[in-house]
Amino acid sequence: MVEVRRSTIIDAPVDEVWAILRDFNGHESWHPAVATSAIEHSAPVDMIGAVRRFRLSDGSELREQLLSLSDKDWSFSYCILEAPIPLMGYVATVRLKPVTDGDATFWEWRSTFHPPENRKRELTALVADQIYSAGFEAIRKLIAARSGRMRPAAPAAPPAAAPQPVPVADRAASPGTERTQAIIVDRYGGPEVLRWGEVAVQPPEPGEIRIRHRAIGVNFIDIYCRTGYFDLLQPPGVPGMEAAGVVDAVGPGVTAFAVGDRVAYACPPVGAYCRLRTMSAELVVPLPPDIDEETAAAGLLKGVSASFLLHDVERVGAGDVVLIHAAAGGIGQLLVQWARHLGATVIATVSNDDKAATVEALGAHHVIVYSRTDFAAAVLDITGGAGADVVYDAVGRDTIAGSIRALAAPGHLVSFGQASGPVGEMDVGRLASKSITLSRPNYGHYTDTGAKIARHAERIFAALRSGAVRVAPPRRIPLADAAEAHRLLESRATSGSLILV
Amino acid sequence: MTKVYVSSVIPAPAASVWAVIRDFNALPAWTPFVAESRIEQHMLPDQIGCIRNFALKDGGRIRERLLALSDYDLSCTYSMLESPMGVENYIATLSLTPITDGNRTFAAWQAEFDCAPEREGQLARDIANGVFQAAFTALQKRFQR
Repeated sequence: MVEVRRSTIIDAPVDEVWAILRDFNGHESWHPAVATSAIEHSAPVDMIGAVRRFRLSDGSELREQLLSLSDKDWSFSYCILEAPIPLMGYVATVRLKPVTDGDATFWEWRSTFHPPENRKRELTALVADQIYSAGFEAIRKLIAARSGRMRPAAPAAPPAAAPQPVPVADRAASPGTERTQAIIVDRYGGPEVLRWGEVAVQPPEPGEIRIRHRAIGVNFIDIYCRTGYFDLLQPPGVPGMEAAGVVDAVGPGVTAFAVGDRVAYACPPVGAYCRLRTMSAELVVPLPPDIDEETAAAGLLKGVSASFLLHDVERVGAGDVVLIHAAAGGIGQLLVQWARHLGATVIATVSNDDKAATVEALGAHHVIVYSRTDFAAAVLDITGGAGADVVYDAVGRDTIAGSIRALAAPGHLVSFGQASGPVGEMDVGRLASKSITLSRPNYGHYTDTGAKIARHAERIFAALRSGAVRVAPPRRIPLADAAEAHRLLESRATSGSLILV
Repeated sequence: MTKVYVSSVIPAPAASVWAVIRDFNALPAWTPFVAESRIEQHMLPDQIGCIRNFALKDGGRIRERLLALSDYDLSCTYSMLESPMGVENYIATLSLTPITDGNRTFAAWQAEFDCAPEREGQLARDIANGVFQAAFTALQKRFQR
């Protein structure tokens, strides 16, 4: 038996490092050796016994099983079930400890296994260097990039003048202050940090209204806020950026709304995972009578995104060829329907046949299952070599190179997310090969005034009303079980929207 | 039960740091706050159950019993028998872990104890800063590269 042990110090607080490492499927987005990864049977990423099946960049496939995971001790262990190399009986443990002297993190990664005698040195070096040390380096870079350029470039970073989040602690308690049930994040971490509790709700000040929520949207950005990937939420705080409900009280000077009006919103600041909330009336839109609260909570944020992506970032129109990645996802489904309605030829990529069927039903003209087909070659094939006029890419690292290959000249690459990992650095000179325009839109910049939000809301409501786009009935989960909603979203077990009620 | 946890990075290989701290009678040699120390009953300083009896530079006297010592895990656990601090059930563990990256050492010192509730915060801060961190800072200086 050999023992491999590597350890390092990461210059970030332990909770921040743990939030990245505890995701058993997350290595896909940060480890340089891992090309793609999925949890079998859509199990939650932190379920003991979950199996991750992943492919290395050299094409070989491995399966590993989670044996233990402790958020209290910041550690997990796992074993190899199948591998193309003889790492027999491989059991590994990842363990973090806080370094109180300097607020850093000690990270130890160690394993034991039984290699064949003649390959002992080779396999020991492979595990130590290409897996463990390379992993340390990748996390170090990721965290450095995050504190530097990643955060401002995040798709939904708040505008500079974003109002402050709902504080969990009471402001100076004024008359009329109420308390409400809420989900509270005391520290960054997994779904288990979502605590059911109570927070104070201030009476509306000038320009504010108080809303009694009837349905609350659950979005991937809420997970990024919970883990600390985006700093939109400073613990302790209430997550959530989307909800619909009824106006309960109106502050001085507010003329646009009256008590009893049905309203919705989809924007920072965070604070939607609660029953009752006070916020700026500027950020809230009235709900038309024919749009119910649950549809609004399920579709407003995604609809606003689709609105500015298709109308402002690019003006998609008749005859355009549009390539949409992750087309079965929340925003993807809206983009497919809406782009088709605008007259575009829609080419969609998805990861499996079930999702392909979903996206075909939504009206995509061509669907590519990218896990078994080179999507860039397929797009060139479909377009007779011309390529797509615009590519909507929220997948990031895994697709960006193919997206450029799939573009027409001149073409427009719209990068608005990074589900597979950060896009990283890009050689601007390469864009000249196809006279490519590159856009990196930020949700905050398209929703930071009442006028902008109102324009997008009108567009999405009109599209819903005319049937140009449909939002599938969302799955309803009790607000107290928000952690369950996050687990479902993270495991990619659901394709439709989730709402909290 | 109050818990104190302090950890630091010492710029030297774990074996070198361990050679300094494994001697249960060596506090005067590596911490800034111990004046003199002896092992009671002529026991050896790495014998489980031995008691170190030491005087602080500010005059207080402390007796501590060695409960566990592992040259494999590079860790040492002890309990406090007598002290002027007013704590009970005090058990502490000092452990080292190699940091292969840079051949350095991760040092962690944790303690658990009972005391009067109103003294808990101040006492925990005093132990964390005045004892554990002060000792780690001395180790860092000693091994400064």
